[in-house]
Amino acid sequence: MLKDKYDVIVIGAGPGGLAAAIAAKRQGAEDVLIIERDQELGGILQQCIHNGFGLEVFKQDLPGPAYAQRYINEALSVGVETLLDTMVLDITPRRRIFASGARSGFVDLKARAIVLSMGCRERTRAQIRIPGMRPAGIFTAGTAQRWVNVEGFMPGKQFVVLGSGDIGMIMARRLTLEGARVEGVLEVMPFLTGLTRNYVQCLMDFDIPLHLSHTIKRVIGKNRVEAVEAVQVDEKWTPIPGTEVVMPCDTLLLSVGLIPENELSRKAGVQIDPITGGPFVDDRFETNVPGIFAAGNVVHVYDLVDWVSEAGRQAGVSAARFASIERRKEDTHVPIKPGENVRYVVPQTIDRESLAEGNVRLQLRVRQPIESSVWVEVRNNGNLVTRKGELYARPGEIITLEIPMKAYDEVQLADELTIAIVKR
Amino acid sequence: MKEQVKILCITCPKGCSLEVTRDGETIVEVKSGCKRGHEYAERELTDPRRMVASTVRVKHGPHPLLPVYTAAPFPKGKINLLMQALREIEVTPPITMGMVVVENALDSGIDILASRDMKRIG
Repeated sequence: MLKDKYDVIVIGAGPGGLAAAIAAKRQGAEDVLIIERDQELGGILQQCIHNGFGLEVFKQDLPGPAYAQRYINEALSVGVETLLDTMVLDITPRRRIFASGARSGFVDLKARAIVLSMGCRERTRAQIRIPGMRPAGIFTAGTAQRWVNVEGFMPGKQFVVLGSGDIGMIMARRLTLEGARVEGVLEVMPFLTGLTRNYVQCLMDFDIPLHLSHTIKRVIGKNRVEAVEAVQVDEKWTPIPGTEVVMPCDTLLLSVGLIPENELSRKAGVQIDPITGGPFVDDRFETNVPGIFAAGNVVHVYDLVDWVSEAGRQAGVSAARFASIERRKEDTHVPIKPGENVRYVVPQTIDRESLAEGNVRLQLRVRQPIESSVWVEVRNNGNLVTRKGELYARPGEIITLEIPMKAYDEVQLADELTIAIVKR
Repeated sequence: MKEQVKILCITCPKGCSLEVTRDGETIVEVKSGCKRGHEYAERELTDPRRMVASTVRVKHGPHPLLPVYTAAPFPKGKINLLMQALREIEVTPPITMGMVVVENALDSGIDILASRDMKRIG
């Protein structure tokens, strides 16, 4: 069962979000909810089936799903709640979250603290402007990775990979192991952009050529990719005429960078650093919006997942601390709700301790005029706290009432007070 | 006859460049890198191995594939044979992480393990 309000709500169940949720719970947050758009927890780690994860955190060489599984098991064992298959649509600066999903329907939740951990997205062809035809067969490396490793189909038979980032090299190996031919990896920079170990075990081991200072001049093919024309570039990335080579292929994979995913952050009023593409954060991973924290690739793109988990842990601890302060504030205050024939009342909430120092003055306006004597009543769930008689009640005239000091004990017990106008 | 070889270490994400001096099969000296790097260099020159991660078919699972991996680095020359063998495997959940999917794959002494939990569906 979903509650209306949680101590900490985490957006996204990748490594950052899982670590944040676990840390928040361990730090003493009473209820922690992770909202995840996928059907299962773990995020992109579930499709990163290769080894190399967890060397820092677990001192073990684990595949991505095994690294995720450890955090999933821990999250569930410490009592983190989850809302899967649900997309967060909007977050307000006051920490209200609107989400929607096939199982949950439309949900409207409040959080004392939020951890943003939406991760990042891949750059696509549109963002790097590759000239040429627009046939089928051009995918981001991560999309191909999901298809090959999770959903079980091959996007092509003969590949060219653009970009020497880790995902591109890892996919070159994976596709080769699954029987495809990888013609080569092109890199516009004069150096490798991924890890050296991946160059050795993904490209060298399988004799896949790496072409540094190369890019794609144009894509060839009408309905489906038939080839790409590769060209060497100078240090300003300008193509060098006469160096063009046509590389036959039916599929082009793009591994050309990742961008932190902050559409929701912006809606919540979170300021984004134009260099990292992620929120400005302090050392506790709090953004400029109080109570909204951010951790992982949503802040800046990491090269090792271990650091994402560590950032998540810190953000989770901070979020739990913030939530406990919020909780204490809520405990010291009692809301006053307008009841029968009351349009509004000011103040809307009172500090319980104010009654130790003196009477608390309330001012209200009525909805409908009553031209006979009335009671102005303050009640705590049916119990009368105080009342005052008036000869009439008119919307044009503010009515003033004081809660007396002697109501101190009654107010201490109240979760909420209501104020109403009733006929005498 | 002594010979100099350069090996890029893949043991950790640092990717050190190891300068190895060898005399035939015998490693004389390894410059740069750490203790694990030295062990890697020795094995890389005599019996190269790699961690292998792939998938096997799943019946009644939430996905058609289960990710699996070798419990230890696998002989490099037999990786293609291992891939062929894995294509023949089909598993049925429930599966828990670390469960042995193939015991002693290709008589290598190395087990193939499930990388994650998977529930049965349908």
